[in-house]
Parts: sequence; structure tokens; C-alpha cells
Amino acid sequence: MQSVRKGLIPAVLTLALALAFGPAQAADLDAFAGKSGKIDIAGGTAHIPVMKEAAKRIMQKSSGIRITVAGGGSGVGVQKVGEGLVDIGNTGRALTEAEVAKYGLKSYAFAIDGVAAGVHPKNPVANLTQAQVQDIFAGKIANWKAVGGRDAAIHLYTRDEASGTREVFWEIMLKKGQIAPGANVVASNGAMKSALAGDADGIGYVSIGHIDQSIKAPTLDGVAPTQDNAKGGKYPVLRKLYMNTKGEPKGLVADFISYIQGPEGAAITASDGYIPTR
Amino acid sequence: MPGARQSSGSGNSGAGRGGVHGERPVTALLFGAAAASVLCVAAIFGFLAWFSLPLLSEGQLGAVLSWHWRPTSGEFGILPMAVGSLLLASSAMLLAYPLGLGLCCFVHGLGPVQPSVDLGRPLMGLVRLMTSVPTVVYGLASVFLLVPLIRGGFSGSGFSWLAAALTLAVLVLPTIVLVIDSQLRQTGPELRLTAAALGLTRAQELLHLTLPLSARGLKAAAVLGFGRAVGDTLVPLMLAGNAAQVPHTPLDPLRTLTAHIALVVATDSQSAAYNSLFACGLILFLVTLAVNLGLRRIRAAQPSGGSHV
Repeated sequence: MQSVRKGLIPAVLTLALALAFGPAQAADLDAFAGKSGKIDIAGGTAHIPVMKEAAKRIMQKSSGIRITVAGGGSGVGVQKVGEGLVDIGNTGRALTEAEVAKYGLKSYAFAIDGVAAGVHPKNPVANLTQAQVQDIFAGKIANWKAVGGRDAAIHLYTRDEASGTREVFWEIMLKKGQIAPGANVVASNGAMKSALAGDADGIGYVSIGHIDQSIKAPTLDGVAPTQDNAKGGKYPVLRKLYMNTKGEPKGLVADFISYIQGPEGAAITASDGYIPTR
Repeated sequence: MPGARQSSGSGNSGAGRGGVHGERPVTALLFGAAAASVLCVAAIFGFLAWFSLPLLSEGQLGAVLSWHWRPTSGEFGILPMAVGSLLLASSAMLLAYPLGLGLCCFVHGLGPVQPSVDLGRPLMGLVRLMTSVPTVVYGLASVFLLVPLIRGGFSGSGFSWLAAALTLAVLVLPTIVLVIDSQLRQTGPELRLTAAALGLTRAQELLHLTLPLSARGLKAAAVLGFGRAVGDTLVPLMLAGNAAQVPHTPLDPLRTLTAHIALVVATDSQSAAYNSLFACGLILFLVTLAVNLGLRRIRAAQPSGGSHV
């Protein structure tokens, strides 16, 4: 009785997966069939949903494989993979030359993500020009009235210097301009979202994948910051998400990276709100 | 301390030979534990000093000891954070210390005296419960309750020196109360008979005898509370706004050294910004050390609390 039940559950799961994702997916996962081993992943927080979903599917396919996914941020990802503590270190930015030189890291991009200015959903401002965004973050525009909003002081929110999100926003949107020193600093995309959702006069910036009904993203020079516009090249503030390994990836780690970069990994990436690179 | 050593010495001689035999490994074990702790502290200090060394040797000390934190233009000043730490910790203490002292006085004589309305026990129970509340819970509650209140009632985004100071005051209150309370518990009973013989009321006894003779504990509470306040990371990180600047009003955001380390530790580990963190760590370590040495001085100044009564 028990052995029947034991055999039944994987069978049902396999059937369900096969029905849900079709034959292409089965072919992708076949690379892992019968294999065993362990993959440890850490680093960039934007990567986590994609990594977790991929890990779940792979571990369901082959029970001998264990995959752990941790966060910590891009800098932590570089350190951990460089010191050999994890197999894959994720970054939301390209590696610096110093990092590549010190650890001999290889980078594999799998997704493109946009970064957009975000405000409280009740903020009446529907569009901002890039120049206005620059002036707001530099502290030159300090009242919402100047950009068509209500008469209230603007509350600035920014991210810490370790943030890949901050890096791309600062380089492309602000053209490396100054961010007012009095701006509040929050430590993650999630913290930014909850700060903006709670402050009617706040403005900050988040990964496009994080935009939902709790915050509003005004159009930038008339272009809505959506992944479609980012894909078509209309929305300019973009970055890539990378997986990094120490030296050439081998065995299971190489399989994992080609799975993420393959068609099924691309489907997972897209369903999490990012644009697959392939 | 000398008294304690003496009494343990006399215990040894009375225990006989068997006792000495059995004690040797235990003593060695305890000595090992003590040595390991001391070595750990020394190692941490050495580690911080070693990693701060590049800053000193490469002439970056000026860059670290400046008022501007702009890593993108090569400025790594941590002075605003040092000032932020001191401002936040002192203001939190200024709020919490009188509150803690008042609470202890209330419990130890200024409150209702009749046993039927003994509020001391539930109050102290509550304070002890407060020690077990995780910092992050205070932080989270304040983000959703205190910050909007400050944002609505005053100006600014609400993430401010004020929000962090109020929350931090709640956080350090139990430390202050428990240290003062244990001192009063120790000093009080020795004086009770004398005070009663002099016809003093409980309130007079507390104000004129117990409190003055508990000066050591009162100071220790201040020093320990300050150490706790200056060392906390999560409350300033979640509530103070973390702008790397010296605040002009309590409604401005500030950044503490602890929050600064937490924010910058995830950056590129080869950057100068990352290296400047070791200087932050060194400053924090030295502040903690100074606080502890201060505590020892207080203890040394008054070797025994109430013996001259």
C-alpha cells in the first residue's frame, strides 16, 4: 500500500508538470535526470524568484539534487562565489575589472530588468521628463507643485551604494548627477516599495518587476516603464541580471546555467516580470 | 572584586585535598574559557586595526575623516555617521534614563506603599518582558505606527532622528531599569532598619539614603544603556532615514555608524568605500571600549556599595 502511494505522488507530479508545461520543458529538465549533487546560490535579490522556481522544478525532477538559494545583494554574491563559499554568485550589475581580476569570475547574463521612478498611487503626477527626475533627485525641485502635483514638499528615497538598482538609475536616468544628501536611504527594492506605498509625497525608484498596485510609476517623457517598452528599446533605463561562477562552470552548475539561459529558464524569467536575454 | 577573590580562597582551604584535586581541571577549563574570550576581543581589535591600516598608509585618512560621503566622487567621509551615532544614542538616553529612573523610584518607595496596590511586581514583569522583544519588532511597529504619525503631525518623510530616538529609548529602557532596580534591591534592605529607626518614610529613605548610596548602579545603568543605544543597528537602519548628513532638526534623517556598515557592506569588496567600513568598525569598537573602561572606573572608585552604613 505504502509503496504504491510512494510511487504515485511523483507520477502524478510528473503528469501535472507535463500537462502544464508541455514536452519542451521535459526535454530541458532531462539534463538533470538521474544526476545528484548540490548547488549553492547567493547574491542579488532580484534574481531570487527566478532561481527558486528553477530550483524547485529541478529538484522535483531529480531527487538527488539539492539547490539552496540565498540573498545578500550583489556585493555579497561576488564575495561568496569568489571565496568559493557558493557555486553561483548573482549580481544585478556587471562585475568590476578588479573583481574579475581578483577572483577569475565568469559572468552569464540571463535577464534584462528596467528601473523606474515610483510614487504613491494617489500622487496626481502622471508624467515626468528625465530632466524633471534629475532635478527632483538633485534637490533642485523640492515641491510637487513644480511638476504639476499638489502643494507639498517632495520626500526623496534612494538606495544604498551596493544596490545594482541604484547604479543603473544613477547612471542612465540621472546621468551620474547628484542625489541630494538629505534623501532617505532604504536597503532593498521591497523596503523602497513599502516606503513609497506609505508616503503620499515620496518619490523613489524600483526594479520594474516590483511595480504593482501599491505604487505608481509615472511615464517617463511619455513612455510607460513596462517590460514591453523596455524590450522594444523605448524605455531606456535598463540593466542585466548575471550569474557568476569562479572559472568555467562544470557539471551540475554548468547544467543549471544553461537551464536558466535555455527556453524554460526564459519562460520562468518572463513570468517573474523580467525580460529573458535569449 | 578583591572581596570575592578572598572568599573563594578561604573556600579552597576548607575543602580539603579531594576538593583541590577535583577542582584543577575545572579551573583550567574556566581559565581556558576566559582566555578564549579575551583572545577573541583582542583578535577583533587586531583584525579591525589591520584592515584599517591601508587607509592610514595610503593617505586616505583625510578622506575618511571628512564630512562628505560621496563614494562615486571618491569621498568617504564617515564623520556625519559618527556624529549621527552620538546624537541618536545621547538623545535616546536623555529620553529613556529619566523614564527608567522614575520607574525604579516609583517601584521602590515613591509609588503606593500598601501591599494591596503593589504595582511594582507587574511593572517590573512588563519591563522584563520588554527585554525579550526583538529589535526588529520595535522597528517594524514604528515604521507603520510612529513614522506616519511624525509625517502627519510635523513635516518631512517621518523617517527621522526623532522616530529613531523614540524607538531606541523604548529599546534601552529595560537595560536601564533592570540595572538600577538590581542596585536598589541590593542597597535598600541594608538601610531599611536604620531608616525606620530614624522615622523616615519610604519616600524619604529612597531620596535621601538609598539613591545617594546607589550612585554606582545609577552610573552603570547610564553607561550600559548608552552602549546598547550606540550599538543598535536595526532601529536606526529602519527608522532614521539613513541620509549621510548631520541633521539640523530632530525631523531630519541621520545615519549611524552601525547602519552605515549594514548599508555599505554589500558593495564591491575591492572598493575604497568597503575599506572605509573598517574605520567605522574601529571607531565603534573604540567607543564601546571607552564605555567599558568608564564602567570599570566607576566600579573602582567605589569598591563596595553600602558597607560604610
